[in-house]
Amino acid sequence: MSVRRLAQTQPPSFAFTAETLETAKWWMSKYPPHRKASAVIPILWLIQKQEGWVSEPAIRTVATMLEMPVIRVLEVATFYTMFHLQPVGKHHLQVCGTTPCMLRGAEDLKAVCKKRIGEKFDVTADGLFSWEEVECLGACVNAPVVAIHDYYHEDLDVGALERTIDALASGQHVRPGSAIGRQTSAPEGEAKTLTDPTLYDGTLAQPIKLPNLPEPAAS
Amino acid sequence: MLADKDRIFLNLYGRHGADLESAKKRGAWNGTRDMIGAGRDWIIQQLKDSGLRGRGGAGFPTGLKWSFMPKEVKDRPHYLVVNADESEPGTCKDRDIMRHDPHLLVEGCLIASYAMQAHACYVYIRGEYVREREALEAAVKEAYAAKLIGKDNVHGWDFDLYVHHGAGAYICGEETALLESLEGKKGQPRLKPPFPANAGLYGCPTTVNNVESIAVAPTILRRGAKWFAGIGRANNTGTKVFCISGHVNKPCNVEEAMSIPLRELLETHCGGVRGGWSNLKAVIPGGSSVPMITAEQAETVLMDFDALRDLKSGLGTAAVIVMDQSTDLVRAIARIAYFYKHESCGQCTPCREGTGWMWRVLERMARGEAEHSEIDLLLDVAGQVEGHTICALGDAAAWPVQGLIRHFRHEIEQRIDRYRSAKGLYAVRTPAVAAE
Repeated sequence: MSVRRLAQTQPPSFAFTAETLETAKWWMSKYPPHRKASAVIPILWLIQKQEGWVSEPAIRTVATMLEMPVIRVLEVATFYTMFHLQPVGKHHLQVCGTTPCMLRGAEDLKAVCKKRIGEKFDVTADGLFSWEEVECLGACVNAPVVAIHDYYHEDLDVGALERTIDALASGQHVRPGSAIGRQTSAPEGEAKTLTDPTLYDGTLAQPIKLPNLPEPAAS
Repeated sequence: MLADKDRIFLNLYGRHGADLESAKKRGAWNGTRDMIGAGRDWIIQQLKDSGLRGRGGAGFPTGLKWSFMPKEVKDRPHYLVVNADESEPGTCKDRDIMRHDPHLLVEGCLIASYAMQAHACYVYIRGEYVREREALEAAVKEAYAAKLIGKDNVHGWDFDLYVHHGAGAYICGEETALLESLEGKKGQPRLKPPFPANAGLYGCPTTVNNVESIAVAPTILRRGAKWFAGIGRANNTGTKVFCISGHVNKPCNVEEAMSIPLRELLETHCGGVRGGWSNLKAVIPGGSSVPMITAEQAETVLMDFDALRDLKSGLGTAAVIVMDQSTDLVRAIARIAYFYKHESCGQCTPCREGTGWMWRVLERMARGEAEHSEIDLLLDVAGQVEGHTICALGDAAAWPVQGLIRHFRHEIEQRIDRYRSAKGLYAVRTPAVAAE
């Protein structure tokens, strides 16, 4: 288990922005009316997008909104590790450290973060950076991976991560995806599979007769 | 190598559009109406005949699973829930399906829901997959706009598809934990029975399927059960998306025939093992939960459920993690043990306490700071976690440790002896270290 607690210092209150509230209502509309609690994870996530982290007053607000006991929302906020229970830097780096990434150099990326940013969850003095080690991000064939602002930066090495941090520090936009210019999860180099042009020219959209259909007697 | 025409995921790498029009050009939504017109018994029988086994790890026959749903809808609605909480270390196949071929998934959801008389389906995506969620939401929106799904759609089966997301908990990949999470609770697995087919989401009959299992269903129906069953070996049929990570020259995802020899898989698609085949040390063939196999076993093993089970390992999610001679296996498994310690939901004592205990011992063993007798103790504790928990996370935490000790016990022993001889503690016991 990962033990997680609410931050010591909490803001006095929380309020939804109009935009967040609208999205929250859209989420609630996905579930049966008396199953409002189902929206708790998406709404806490929206709050984190709005505020940068999940505070105690926000948890109370969600409890009222979804007609849940506060403890149930607190349980959810502390159980799921994507919720930041304390403020993080403007750019929060999530370095995957699980074995497939570790085999391809995640330890070195962690060392870069330590050198450039500090210990896990430390926020730099200018408020720009923080980092954490996360468990498998599910992009193992593009290891090692770092998630920044929700998107994956893949096939990294020390140099590529350093350059990404430099770019973020100077206020530039960083492009997610493969650092070595690979086509998503395809093997590097020339394509060996999915090269048959008849798969893409519309041949497959021609009307077909399904094989093994039941005898027409059924109709 | 599997011929291109026999592949299901024609846009696995995103070289083409993921939009509806492009997907239709690749054959998606072709003949869907006829499939529904042929009736639910026909669909389920075709799935059974195809031999499709669940692609989420356990390999349970998909057609059979669908047939477990109640035959009649009574007072409680039926639900289909798609498990897109892909978090097994090594696995990243569903990700590509959702961001590049989402319409196959949407179409599969409609067909599966119809076969199980469900009018609503939830897709539970892991929270980290933000881009994938956006891609799937876009596809769902397009499908609604084109009246392919929704109320009064062109297929004649009212059907709503909702995308839901989690927030970083591996355990929510376990089907009942996923349902708890979808209900807005902590993801702690439920005791079974009752099975979800009787009491699942909101207490209603529910079937939980992996993304890949659902997304291959429409193509199986389009091309026929016989086509799918003709690929691979008996009982291990069809195509499968393999994820090959670790020490290969070109790590990648690739759709291949089931029962492809592991060596062929690595050498055809991944440019072989880094430094050549002789540099291979061990392979984890099915995601971090399954025990590793040695290089000798990897030489000849076929990548399917039965062949890997015979080696006391498993196909799992077909996530192949390759480790070459430079790998510190004890450290690699210690990191996997840390993963399970981090992801245990804390509900059952053997898992909550056992995962942390195993991790701490393995960390010491990785440094050599242990006793020889502790290896047997570790094996004993792993055996006590395995099979003594509500869900399979306890098993998943125990198996990699058991695999390590089964095949590489000598390496742990040497590590311990090296550490001890360096400290001048007492005489070493393993010949390799003694000879140094």
